Amino acid sequence: MPSVGQDLGAYLRQEMMPTVWCPGCGHGIIAQGIAAALKEVGTDLDQVVVVGGIGCSGRTPFYMNTGAMHTTHGRALAFATGLKMARPQLTVIVAMGDGDALAIGGNHFIHAARRNIDLTVVLYNNSIYGMTGGQSAPTTPQGSHSTTTPLGSIEPNFDAPTLAIAAGATFVARSTTFDFQEMPKLIARAIRHPGFSMVEVLSQCPTYFGRLNRLGEAPEMLFLERDQTIPLHDLPPVEITREVLVGKRPIGVFREEAMPEYTQRYRELCAAAGGVYDA
Amino acid sequence: MRLIQGNEAVALGAAAAGCDFYAGYPITPATEIMEQMARILPARGGVFIQMEDELSAVAAAIGAAWGGARAMTATSGPGFSLMQEHIGYAAMTQTPCVIVDSQRGGPSTGLPTLPAQGEVMQARFGSHGDRVAITLTASSVLSAYEVTARAFALSETYRQPVIVLLDAVLSHMRENVDLPEITPVPRETAASAQDRQPFGDNPFVPFGEGRRTVVTGLAHDESGLPKTAGGKAVERMLRSLEERLRHDAREITHFQAYRLEDASVALLAYGITARAAHEAVDALRQEGVAAGLLDLQTLWPFPDYLVQEIAERVDTILVPELNLGQYVIAVQAAVQGRCRVVPLGRADGDLFTPEEIAAAAREVQDAKGGIVHA
Repeated sequence: MPSVGQDLGAYLRQEMMPTVWCPGCGHGIIAQGIAAALKEVGTDLDQVVVVGGIGCSGRTPFYMNTGAMHTTHGRALAFATGLKMARPQLTVIVAMGDGDALAIGGNHFIHAARRNIDLTVVLYNNSIYGMTGGQSAPTTPQGSHSTTTPLGSIEPNFDAPTLAIAAGATFVARSTTFDFQEMPKLIARAIRHPGFSMVEVLSQCPTYFGRLNRLGEAPEMLFLERDQTIPLHDLPPVEITREVLVGKRPIGVFREEAMPEYTQRYRELCAAAGGVYDA
Repeated sequence: MRLIQGNEAVALGAAAAGCDFYAGYPITPATEIMEQMARILPARGGVFIQMEDELSAVAAAIGAAWGGARAMTATSGPGFSLMQEHIGYAAMTQTPCVIVDSQRGGPSTGLPTLPAQGEVMQARFGSHGDRVAITLTASSVLSAYEVTARAFALSETYRQPVIVLLDAVLSHMRENVDLPEITPVPRETAASAQDRQPFGDNPFVPFGEGRRTVVTGLAHDESGLPKTAGGKAVERMLRSLEERLRHDAREITHFQAYRLEDASVALLAYGITARAAHEAVDALRQEGVAAGLLDLQTLWPFPDYLVQEIAERVDTILVPELNLGQYVIAVQAAVQGRCRVVPLGRADGDLFTPEEIAAAAREVQDAKGGIVHA
């Protein structure tokens, strides 16, 4: 059973420790979650590449004892798409931040989802830009404070699972760093899912989002994650309006559907043209 | 003999060199390269993918290279601008790949269907930070084929992105050609590279071959691990590459010299402009002007040795180019007063006619007082 807190030493790149993440940051819990999921899935780590963008989340590849590709801001999915197409037997996990995936990388996010290519996105959502010092992100809740919304944000925020589903992702889930038992299981399911999968993990940034919005330190923020989310199975099955009805963010699996995967469809395309893909 | 288009020659040259991955985004006048690859690659089991923009097209090519592919993308001015960050990433991560840029009138959206040579400096300096920038160009359909294949070979040898510059006319014009066979450059196997570091002057080993390499655009040393002190290692890598390129300059530099032996005015031209310059030389010679042509296929690294050698022998180097004076800056820097260097630029979407180049050559001859007879 994957969970954090077990011995994951073999899955982490020890020479890169300690991490750059601030005390109390939730990202280490998510990275542990990826390691635990890899252990659960049991893939040969020589055949795994963790791809990251730029920002706090983007550092994840350095800490995983797998192939690691730390790319450019927002474009991790584009690099990952080329990598996966060139060598489809690789397990490719893409660690992205909320600004990384949904602002600068929004275009790549929706198109990778649309193709249903077998990549697993772990979206670290801490509602703010951490690496650059606390600016507002497309996930910053309306009314929240950041260094670029000192008077409170007037912009509505993206809902990543809704966006992913609309774009065509075939496995879509949300969890939190508070749910450290459940989160790695969802990531493992996402890795096993043959198609584009995304697990959004709500994470705490006590250094910026917590401080600028007076939400307390990491423990208080973790309890907020608990109090502001609700498991999907506790909700009535009414699409879209459910979140509005209860004022909480649902967690769990939103979509899990078997649909033709991109490299598989590409294999068929080559065969029809007389070529052998991935020979 | 086959009658083919410049863009088709690029696609065929890539395929002949073993290209098995193409990612692109449609843009005039480069689109036919992509359309050709969409037909060629699936039938060979290679990968063709249309991406959502040029940023992702070159990113996918770099990702594919790390998946073991010989990867290419092609674009034109606006797309080439968008690709710059990732060209720097490929340079920093020592990733072999090929980027073709069919130049059209600029700046901005400019003249999408008309030729230009406005990206000569962008190819060299367009991405932030220092890097070497191997850049090739072609002045015929056949050389578009050969130069593209050569770009793949150079990208393997130096583990760097290599840029091929075309222009709207060469991309779209057709010529009868016999395409020579090309042998793809072999890659070292992961086994033979086993005890070597993943970066620096070491072989390129893709993911999935038993190594868990760390690839990053952050400063890193030969181990690949990011280090703030890695700046020294980055400089070491850059200087080492520069040194290798300097050492190999005579091999890397491809050019055609035409009637230069006894010339007093040398036309230094490249790409489509070299064709008009070639005719201009004949016209000038008929009038008794001792003109010659250096048609450069390797633009960067700049062939100092070659240009300096010519500058010692001639009175004037005239540099016609479809921009307002770009490559001529590098020529002046290399010549360092050994002879006169005269720019001849236009950026209105038209080509130079041979007569325009000849007229400019006559003028510089007259200006220095009298025609030198051959």
